[in-house]
Amino acid sequence: MSAGTSALPLVGRDRIIGYGLMVVAVLCVVGPFAWILMSSFKHQIAILTGAWSFTPTWSNYAEVLFGRRSDFVGNVRNSAVVASVSTVLVLVVGTLAAYSLHRFRWARWVTTGFLGWTLIFHMIPALTLVGPWYIAFRELGWYDTLGGLILTHVTMNLPMTVWLMMAFFSEIPPEIEEAARVDGCSPLEAFRYVALPLAVPGLIAAGILAFIFSWNEFSIALNLTARDTATVPVAIARFAQQYEVQHSQMAAAAVISTIPALLLMALGQRFIVRGLTLGSVK
Amino acid sequence: MHILNRWFKHWSLLPAVLLFLLLTIYPMANLVRMSVSTITFAGGAAHWAWTPLANLQLLTNDAVLGAAALNTAIFVVVSVAIEMALGLALALLVARLSRGKGLARTVMVLPILVPAVAIGSMWKLMYNYDFGVFNQALTAIGFGPVNWLGSTSVALLAVILVDIWHWTPFVFLILFAAVEGVPTDVIEAARIDGATPRQITWRIIIPLLKPALAVALIFRSILAFKTFDEVFLLTSGGPGTSTELVSLHLYKVFFEQNQLGYGAMLSLAIIIAIVAFLLVSRRALTLRAMA
Repeated sequence: MSAGTSALPLVGRDRIIGYGLMVVAVLCVVGPFAWILMSSFKHQIAILTGAWSFTPTWSNYAEVLFGRRSDFVGNVRNSAVVASVSTVLVLVVGTLAAYSLHRFRWARWVTTGFLGWTLIFHMIPALTLVGPWYIAFRELGWYDTLGGLILTHVTMNLPMTVWLMMAFFSEIPPEIEEAARVDGCSPLEAFRYVALPLAVPGLIAAGILAFIFSWNEFSIALNLTARDTATVPVAIARFAQQYEVQHSQMAAAAVISTIPALLLMALGQRFIVRGLTLGSVK
Repeated sequence: MHILNRWFKHWSLLPAVLLFLLLTIYPMANLVRMSVSTITFAGGAAHWAWTPLANLQLLTNDAVLGAAALNTAIFVVVSVAIEMALGLALALLVARLSRGKGLARTVMVLPILVPAVAIGSMWKLMYNYDFGVFNQALTAIGFGPVNWLGSTSVALLAVILVDIWHWTPFVFLILFAAVEGVPTDVIEAARIDGATPRQITWRIIIPLLKPALAVALIFRSILAFKTFDEVFLLTSGGPGTSTELVSLHLYKVFFEQNQLGYGAMLSLAIIIAIVAFLLVSRRALTLRAMA
């Protein structure tokens, strides 16, 4: 069965106006990206005079990455470690939980309680919990460590991972796993060798989104890290918050911070769009 | 292996439950304890004093909180309303074009995926009084420069505009996926019966989008309520309290004024408000995971 509004195409003048509006919308979204990209290649003086014609320079990137007073390479390393480790962990924890809730017969209060809690936790601002985290982490010696930040990011991305993986598991026809059970697979083997391989698209979608959300996360990292463990968003905010805003370096750092998202977007756009809209539409 | 198999159902859920217990339930219980205490730091150790009513009193006497709540209400209502309208219009439009759907989808995903802090940086550059692109354009067509982020009357609007730019694409993606899911034969049947495209849009497509609209509305409302990153970067709540949002106020109470006890009281108030909102809107939530 076909779907969509292809049976209702715009024609004639409406079609031209329609394409015009779409182009305007696309330009509105792209414009700010283009502006900051351009700014990142300007000398501070060219930015301050608002020059449109300028000689492009790599100096902002050099200053941000290799400048004596810049820790940005360390910030990138912190972000990369936190995002990748927390993504692997949340995939393991979230996939197991999703499979358990999807496949096995749990008492109703367990399922409802767990999923209801994921929803509530997903909806409340992380900042409400950062205070208690701060106190507990100070006592445990986890404050200002990457490990502590990783734990909070795993927790933050757990609801989304569980929802996505449950949705993907429920698309696998139950007959396939039943057949494996009849052929002598244990429940664990049926999960490992049948359900998990079939849910790989879900793992990719959830993994990409978890990585990006962790990479982008600001309000937790701002308060649970210090100089040595600061992540990229925290570093960018520092550029912007200095007494004299370092516009050119802020622009270069911001451009660098968008690279992982753009790369993952180029590699897995199908999975990303599916992941973002799944669960909210059905 | 035998034990792993036998208890697979249970141990597979255990890590997630433990994580939630230790990093969400326990901290929330701690919030309750903190909210009836005054906590001071001396010599690197926290000292708790039992002051059950002091924080509640701070909550009711907090003038900044009143301003922040009002700003947040304006911020959420205005930006979400415009995002819903623009996102819906764009989804309906792009779905009726034969080309460019892929391009639109690709471009619209971008603002959702890049760090909100980077978005704040972009707009901070564009809003700059002396050299930002907006004031350059205004000056070029003969209007005076506007102090986008520095004047009390414009700053909140400027921040709302950033949110609209940031999140209209999200509404678009959800609604576009839903429009693409409308069965073609329904539309064809209506056409054969003589319905005009306008009637089909208003009487058939939009009613079919109701679940997706409800989900987009609820999700956006709550996400807008949580907005912190961009505003922290753009204005930090200023000038004065003109862009102070509840989230920014909470941050300042906790981490700039070091009022952990009052911060906990404020956090609890926010959590209760959100849970109440969720309960009220639960009927409209058709989250598949909850089904």
